[in-house]
Amino acid sequence: MSNSPQSDTVSIALTGAGGAGVVTAGQMLLEAAATAGLYGLMARSSGPQIRGGESAAFVRMGPRTVTNLADAFDIHIAFDWLNVERFAAEIPLDPHSVVICDPSAGAVPEVIENSGARIVPVPLKDLTKEIPGGRVNMVGLGALANLIGLPEGTMASTLKKILRRKGEEALKASNAGVQAGRQAVAEMGVVRALTLPDKPPQTERWSITGNEAAGMGAVRGGVRFVAAYPITPATEVLEWLAPNLEKIGGLLVQAEDELASINMAIGGSFGGVPSLTATSGPGLALMMESIGLALTSETPVVVVDVMRGGPSTGIPTKSEQSDLNIALYGLHGDAPHIVTAANSVADCLFTTQWTVHLAEAMQTVGLVLSDQSLGQTRTIVDRPADEPFQAQRLVAEAPLENYRRYAVTDSGVSPMAIPGTPGGEYVADGLEHSPIGRPSSQTEDHMAQLDKRLRKILLHEYGDHWAEITGADAPETVIVTFGSSTGPVREAAEEATAWGLKVKVVSLRLLMPAQTTKFEEAIAGADRLLVVEQTHSRQFYRYLRAYYDLPRDVRVLNRPGPLPIRPGEVLSMLKEWS
Amino acid sequence: MDGAQTDEKLTAKQYKSDYRPVWCPGCGDFSVLSAITKAMAELQLKREDTAVISGIGCSSRIPAYTSVYGFHGVHGRALALATGVKLARPELTVIVTGGDGDGFSIGGNHFLHACRRNVDLTYVVMDNQVYGMTKGQASPTTASEWEGSKLTPHGTGVNPFQPLAVALAAGANFIGRQFSGDPNACAKLIAEAIQHPGFSFVQILSPCVTFRPEQREWKQTVHTAPVEPTSDPGRAGKRLMSDDGLNMGVLYVGGRPVFQPPEGTGATLADIEQKFTL
Repeated sequence: MSNSPQSDTVSIALTGAGGAGVVTAGQMLLEAAATAGLYGLMARSSGPQIRGGESAAFVRMGPRTVTNLADAFDIHIAFDWLNVERFAAEIPLDPHSVVICDPSAGAVPEVIENSGARIVPVPLKDLTKEIPGGRVNMVGLGALANLIGLPEGTMASTLKKILRRKGEEALKASNAGVQAGRQAVAEMGVVRALTLPDKPPQTERWSITGNEAAGMGAVRGGVRFVAAYPITPATEVLEWLAPNLEKIGGLLVQAEDELASINMAIGGSFGGVPSLTATSGPGLALMMESIGLALTSETPVVVVDVMRGGPSTGIPTKSEQSDLNIALYGLHGDAPHIVTAANSVADCLFTTQWTVHLAEAMQTVGLVLSDQSLGQTRTIVDRPADEPFQAQRLVAEAPLENYRRYAVTDSGVSPMAIPGTPGGEYVADGLEHSPIGRPSSQTEDHMAQLDKRLRKILLHEYGDHWAEITGADAPETVIVTFGSSTGPVREAAEEATAWGLKVKVVSLRLLMPAQTTKFEEAIAGADRLLVVEQTHSRQFYRYLRAYYDLPRDVRVLNRPGPLPIRPGEVLSMLKEWS
Repeated sequence: MDGAQTDEKLTAKQYKSDYRPVWCPGCGDFSVLSAITKAMAELQLKREDTAVISGIGCSSRIPAYTSVYGFHGVHGRALALATGVKLARPELTVIVTGGDGDGFSIGGNHFLHACRRNVDLTYVVMDNQVYGMTKGQASPTTASEWEGSKLTPHGTGVNPFQPLAVALAAGANFIGRQFSGDPNACAKLIAEAIQHPGFSFVQILSPCVTFRPEQREWKQTVHTAPVEPTSDPGRAGKRLMSDDGLNMGVLYVGGRPVFQPPEGTGATLADIEQKFTL
């Protein structure tokens, strides 16, 4: 297994009460790894408290792009044991794991003890007390740095960069804390070494979260108007867009609720400006009626849904893929629209940008599925490539005579007059309408407009972006997945390949309209199909059954959130099957 | 659309489409439609630079009966839709039309926030104290003892909504009331509202002759407000709270600053991407 994808990464969990600063320490660790030339990610998990309460940061670092969490953590540092049982299931440990904990925090909880991990008490709090202005997370950070062999110079320069605005005193205290932490575990040596490159990668690398990436994708695609209503875990898409849209001459407005935010976005788009909103499950449910309006009035709009545990209020701070059904089928009436899914943190950028392009090109609704584990995870990646996809709406240009907004065309797309265009005056309508846009309840108008709205999305040429396909050309097993389940599935497939199995992974980016022919070509020749998804009711499997011809032998690996699909689970399923 | 030359003066009729309204004969909304198009003619609005936005209900059908741009959206969300249009395209004149159910019941929250946001919109509500399109149910402005609906056979027992007082409390910048039976006065009020910067709210008592035939009496009972419009919200509040609901005219004119989106800094995408680079 020495060359398996997992073996050259290091995984660390940091947990503690809100004041412990685990997220800050995690971010510094990730940044230091980046400085050392590594890639990596930091996912976070938190309890329901607004401030304080327990929180966890999960960091995984390695010499290549890291898209997902590993099967187990190499090191778990617990600053205290506050509600750790709430996280225990999210922190798989094994006998190779090392747990650093403060003896002053009390007895090691049974759930940790039972993992068989090596428990190493380190008096983190007492060490911190000896440092003027010291913080316990910096002592912990120092201990971690030593245990994974992170060079001292790298850590020092990272601290200097991050703390440059906090002043000399803060930097001094942090450095002292890191040193104290290093010394406290010095005799353990390096327990899990980072695979450091000889020289940093020559490519430009970014530090970005999925939510920021979705925002960046939106503006790359041409979005210049956004209406926002805060909701966990989508808020950061909007918080990133607010200042950045302003800088480039766009606008974000905060709405009074999701019913307003979607309608404001539709209004902005009617005005000719590519528009978007972002939300999560409950907000998406509220928006559904108006999403139907955008679709029927053929006013393009993009909605980014950063999924969380559902239904109802569900688990707002944790991930799940269970908005798939509402995204695909949530609209009343026959309402064909575009549904896409981002397959990694970085892909939130491309998928959002592409969806803006698609929605604008087809004058319809584009729904982008992301989720908490993508949106709120920070990753170090190569700069996402510039892609040509832009908002390019077919507009009706003056002079216009006898303008027909909903003219029935071969492509299904009709030129859209933008207010300000003389002769193009029309009324966009959610009522079924005639080609000139008059309300109509006539059979032939309904049929013609239903056909037109379907035709335009079926005839569009989506190219190769409908899915990302990796692995064997002539596979025995094809794994079909989407969204954040893609990372662990790919890692498992790589390991399976190293074991000699012939595995191919098809991760669908375009869920609607279903690309049946391309899909069938992609899975051709495989006898077995494994479906992997993070839902309780096998929503993705049922969708696949509904739209595609599947081989006879199909198995499903599904689980609701918040636990992510782990590569090892996929791998053992593949091994069992062979 | 009848084809007027843009350099000629447009008549009110040229702001109407040739599409026949769905309204019942005698409906007050016919007069309001005329008043809106008269106001447009009075201001010589460019048809291509004007948009009428609505939700659902009898009066929300108005956009299709005009010759300007329009959006007939979903029930209750006209103000949000219009806010998006105006913010994305500040140079357009945006008029929102609808009824009491659309605006004060299902759309009540948007009414509050449109008042306080103060985006430069003109909101014309045709108030007939009934849901007409669904054939005669009590609306938020219906008197509590009205027993004319099968849905509330003993009356609603609920205090009627006070749109003008609520608009004032929520921060509307211009508040007026008219009666559809006086289309010239309606046109004058709407034109004033359009010209007033910020969010303007115009309530027009517009009888539903089908489900509230007693509203024909409004003709006799409405009266011009006995006072000049005030810019003092305290006085306006007192006036509106003690109002009989039949005072016509401009009742409040405020000077609150209009919602102003921030100016761009001229940054490029490359500039904003820079923050992600290690």
